[in-house]
Amino acid sequence: MLVYAAKRLASLSATLLLATLVVFLVLEILPGDPAELMLGMNASEDTLAALRGELGLDRPALLRYGDWVAGFVTGDLGISHTYAVPVSELVAARLLVSLPLALLALVLSTAIAIPVGVIAASRRGSWQDSSLMGLAQIGIAVPNFWFAMLLVFVFAVSLRLVPSGGFPGWEAGLVPALKALLLPAIALALPQAAILARVMRSALIDTLGEDYIRTARAKGLTRHATLWRHAVRNALIPVLTILGLQFSFLIAGTIIIENVFYLPGLGRLIFQAITQRDLIVVRSVVVLLVATVILVTFLVDLAYALADPRLRSR
Amino acid sequence: MAVRAFLRTLRQHRALAVGGTIVGLVTAAAALSLVWTPYPIDVLSVADRLQGPSLAHPFGTDHYGRDMLSMLMVGARTSIAVALLAVGIGALIGVPLGLLAAARGGWLDEALMRLNDLVFAFPALLSAVMITAILGPGAVNAVLAIGIFNIPVFARVARGGALATGSREFVLAARVSGKGQLRITAEHILPNIANLLIVQGTIQFSLGILAEAGLSYVGLGAQPPLASWGRMLNEAQTMMMMAPSLALYPGLAIVLTVLGLNLMGDGLRDALDPRLKRRRSQGMAP
Repeated sequence: MLVYAAKRLASLSATLLLATLVVFLVLEILPGDPAELMLGMNASEDTLAALRGELGLDRPALLRYGDWVAGFVTGDLGISHTYAVPVSELVAARLLVSLPLALLALVLSTAIAIPVGVIAASRRGSWQDSSLMGLAQIGIAVPNFWFAMLLVFVFAVSLRLVPSGGFPGWEAGLVPALKALLLPAIALALPQAAILARVMRSALIDTLGEDYIRTARAKGLTRHATLWRHAVRNALIPVLTILGLQFSFLIAGTIIIENVFYLPGLGRLIFQAITQRDLIVVRSVVVLLVATVILVTFLVDLAYALADPRLRSR
Repeated sequence: MAVRAFLRTLRQHRALAVGGTIVGLVTAAAALSLVWTPYPIDVLSVADRLQGPSLAHPFGTDHYGRDMLSMLMVGARTSIAVALLAVGIGALIGVPLGLLAAARGGWLDEALMRLNDLVFAFPALLSAVMITAILGPGAVNAVLAIGIFNIPVFARVARGGALATGSREFVLAARVSGKGQLRITAEHILPNIANLLIVQGTIQFSLGILAEAGLSYVGLGAQPPLASWGRMLNEAQTMMMMAPSLALYPGLAIVLTVLGLNLMGDGLRDALDPRLKRRRSQGMAP
């Protein structure tokens, strides 16, 4: 297991390093002169020169790249051009919104998907099964930002139960902050839950056909106990894989949903940074988000290998 | 004969029939918009703004007085064009890479698959963010970003399918008869994994429609005056109190199209691979 983990860790580091290289090439080398890109065509030669100095563009690209990557370890990611504060501070503040939002959505989607999948699979062919799977089929087709708009219209504008957007900050207390995150999290969770419920259903149908389920029943275990103690636990393994694969969609979803609800998270930061052409912020936030996706894939692989020893030899 | 067989397939696979009909209708509306829309969408007529449904405007008009039906038709064209081109990019680059990885194996396979993992870690939205940062927003960015994300998906499917097919007897027979790897891949492996690729193409097409809507909603996709469902939703958001229907129709159009494509994909999978269908009814398929 340790050898497997070490191998995967090595390939994870290589992928991460390559990802930083790609981002650096696209944002710093391809444009030619990043300073001109950031300031626009009409910038005077003095301001351009000043920004070039600030960005260290007079130094070789390889050195700049090295400094930037080292910054992910030391926490020094440079200073935002528009906000005039360290990028790491900006990112840390925005993470306090994005991370809880993504986690809340993840918890909600699994909390919805697993019971739905179990009900559908254990009553396969019934009207409950077909109506739940019909709903899941629609859930997959609904764009999360449109669902978010509908939620705002019903629960914030018409019923006035929750705020329609914005974030009071965690210092305003746990309840107001969670209230502000509730609708965005539901909007993110629904399409995810629809996909997961389908996976859960088919995985559970697979396990229910296994010999050990028949053995458990023959030993006198009740249907209920067999289902939850043996079948559901085994069916969760493929669900975990899909959960990992879906993570990049969750990240993308978070970025869009933050813009629907005006939440000051990483997603809004990245869009503000693009409009202001603040490449210093864009490059680091992109890498952080990509790194999160890669890291989650790694953790899922590891969890998978822990659960199924046969996979370690591969 | 062929028509009858086709009709029988549709009767046996209702998901395919329903999905195919929806997709056909949306495609027809999009194609029609190339030559005709009820009203021009680049002419603003403030006097006609925010009208309800009527005979002249079945879906009403938007806040600039543009006919919603015409906007939805052009939006369908944008969505389909972007998603189709993105699937094309993904398949044209991804499939040969996957086939190459499967045929050569060894370090090349390993390297290509690691590259795949890398590209897969960049959600289309992040690629679009980077492309927009240097080129500015536009529909072409959306095509590129979604297309790039599609490459590893197709490469993975092609590689998996080729590896599974490559060990079958008829491939072995072809090799014994002296055919080279390239001919074997073109004549035996590709036709055998075509079904897999078609089904995956349908799935990526529907994901592409969703991704295009998301990108143009946040302003990274199609730019005005080009109509796009995502942009229409973006503009409708500020008008939710006054005219909720502006946000309703484009959203429903997206849901309907994606639903149709997904049903079509499910139906195609069943129709193209009868074994899968049988196994599924026994509860063993994925």
